[in-house]
Amino acid sequence: MAGAYYEKIARINLTTGEIKVEPLDLELAHKFIGGRGLGTKLLYDEGVATVDPLSPENKLIYITGPMTGAAAPSTGRYMVVTKSPLTGMIACSNSGGIWGSKLKYAGWDAIIVEGEAPDWTYINIVDDKIELLDAQEYLGVMSEAMDEKLKEKHGADASVLNIGPAGEKKVLLAAIMNDKDRAAGRSGVGAVMGSKKLKAIVVKATRKNLDNIADIDALKQATKNAMEVIKANPVTGSGLRQLGTAVLVNIVNNIGAFPTKNWQKSYYDKGEDISGEALAEKYLVKPGACHRCPIACGRVVNVNGKVVGGPEYEPLWAYGGNCGNNDLNIIDECNMLCNEYGLDAISVPCTIAAAMELYQRGYIKEAECAGVPLEWGSTKALVEWTKRMGDPKTELDWLMSSGSARLCEHYGHPEFSMSVKKQEMPAYDARAIQGIGITYATSNRGGCHVRGYMISPEVLGLPQQLDRTVTTDKAAWTKTFQDLTAVIDSMGHCLFTSFAMGAKEYTDLLNAATGTSWTVEQVLEIGDRIYNIERMFNKAAGMKPEDDRLPKRLLQEPVANGPSTGMISQLPLTLPQYYEARGWVNAFPTDETLKKLGLDECVGK
Amino acid sequence: MIEVRVFATLRQGREKITMLSPEGISCAGDILDRMRIPPAEVSILLVNGFHQKPEAPVKDGDIVALFPPVGGG
Repeated sequence: MAGAYYEKIARINLTTGEIKVEPLDLELAHKFIGGRGLGTKLLYDEGVATVDPLSPENKLIYITGPMTGAAAPSTGRYMVVTKSPLTGMIACSNSGGIWGSKLKYAGWDAIIVEGEAPDWTYINIVDDKIELLDAQEYLGVMSEAMDEKLKEKHGADASVLNIGPAGEKKVLLAAIMNDKDRAAGRSGVGAVMGSKKLKAIVVKATRKNLDNIADIDALKQATKNAMEVIKANPVTGSGLRQLGTAVLVNIVNNIGAFPTKNWQKSYYDKGEDISGEALAEKYLVKPGACHRCPIACGRVVNVNGKVVGGPEYEPLWAYGGNCGNNDLNIIDECNMLCNEYGLDAISVPCTIAAAMELYQRGYIKEAECAGVPLEWGSTKALVEWTKRMGDPKTELDWLMSSGSARLCEHYGHPEFSMSVKKQEMPAYDARAIQGIGITYATSNRGGCHVRGYMISPEVLGLPQQLDRTVTTDKAAWTKTFQDLTAVIDSMGHCLFTSFAMGAKEYTDLLNAATGTSWTVEQVLEIGDRIYNIERMFNKAAGMKPEDDRLPKRLLQEPVANGPSTGMISQLPLTLPQYYEARGWVNAFPTDETLKKLGLDECVGK
Repeated sequence: MIEVRVFATLRQGREKITMLSPEGISCAGDILDRMRIPPAEVSILLVNGFHQKPEAPVKDGDIVALFPPVGGG
């Protein structure tokens, strides 16, 4: 066994029931690290870029990184890589908990699921044994209950990944849930799982740690160094544990970058009511942590007497200010509903916000709303429409569950969909923060903040404070953040470690675990390679240069209220700078760039 | 008056919002002194919504927001 990889991939064909064990190409693994990078390369090579994402021809890759489960900080991550039914492009959705670590401990680097089961099925993995079991009796079961039922059957030491009713119905905003409230939430990966009639994957492992680290002493030293940096940093050492990501509500609102009422405004005058401080005061039971995480950013909250996983910053914003709602308890409840139905807790409330604007402007009529009008701030609408999107029945239910882009297109007003590549943008107004707009526009998986979190330097001052209002150097910063993020994801670390750790710490951990001897520059080049292979998947899938864009509102309607009043996105200026930094022309890598990155197989494609 | 907003752990033992007379206050750092907030505890200092350093001037009518080191995503 080679350092930190078990060199085994399971290929499970649900159409035929055949399960094959394939060797991991170690050279390829080193070239793309693992997780997001290797998963995308594998998917690219499977040749699925042009298939219907919800057809049996699409493939679903559950993949770990070399660090997943390792005795190092925040390593409980796995990724789901597939062709997204929401965007039609690459999907890579990342989740914590412990499921990914257990998959690795069971001895699997990845599982490739293909085909479509004749009847609803779940996969049961116990170390190197994999079996397909009947899931018919679990149809319609909510995600959290599913977790409990399968643990009852397979034992408390089992870890469960599953889809709720939304995934079963192939809702385009469906998430894959694991360990009850952890989600591979974005890009509709749950719908792909549903299209294959795969309800769950249960994993049990005898190993409790990785026993294949290349240099265990070097890993101990690298981990010691990383832990010191994490503990000494006030954000990772204590800040995230105390208030979680929810602390961002007041910061982002106070700079006037808190999109409100579907981005019609950028400052919410009731932001304090839905803040991290208010959450801690009223509903917080305790912090929560994923496997081997010293940061513990998770929130465990009390929702009407039920103790469940609480909202991150994103749903607090999306169900809060973006829908004109300041009822924090309702946000907790809606977040819980997203987890139970198995829904993306960013895209669902953002689509409700878009629907509320369509209703405000008279394009959606009250008669279409089946008794629950889409009025701003209506708590009844937020709860009821979340349920309807999780288990759609009427035409409007289905339209809304397909995301804001398809919804707004249907009503003839695509400009009200605050999305990029048909995926809803998250909680930072790109008119008020110039760099994050480049991240949104160029993200390979569509509207997303965690593909290059420019909020770190532009708002939080990490690793240094940049002026959020200017464009200078933002293209180069964005590229570096995107490349490093691709490395962190692919290794299997949580991105939040990067508030404290830098490229040097990651490089040391990777080399110790896998036996490589990369320099920092080489590791960042791998990140660049990963970003480019994702882009080449998108190109093969039919992406056009005009897909790297922001909604018209951000380019033409200046911020209407709050501290950032009058600001507008300068993307037309920064996008060419970004392409130049990447070695791209018209949104795609030149052959020269591909050759430089060792992607010769993509040359001429 | 100058409106001073404090957040997260800076609220321990302090009001969320304090209205300060501008007399004797010429820069944001003077506010930290007045409110007995050690500068090392402040990671983000906003004047009217824009990041500033403690030496930034402040005047009557300004809103100053103070945050400890925080992160999220």
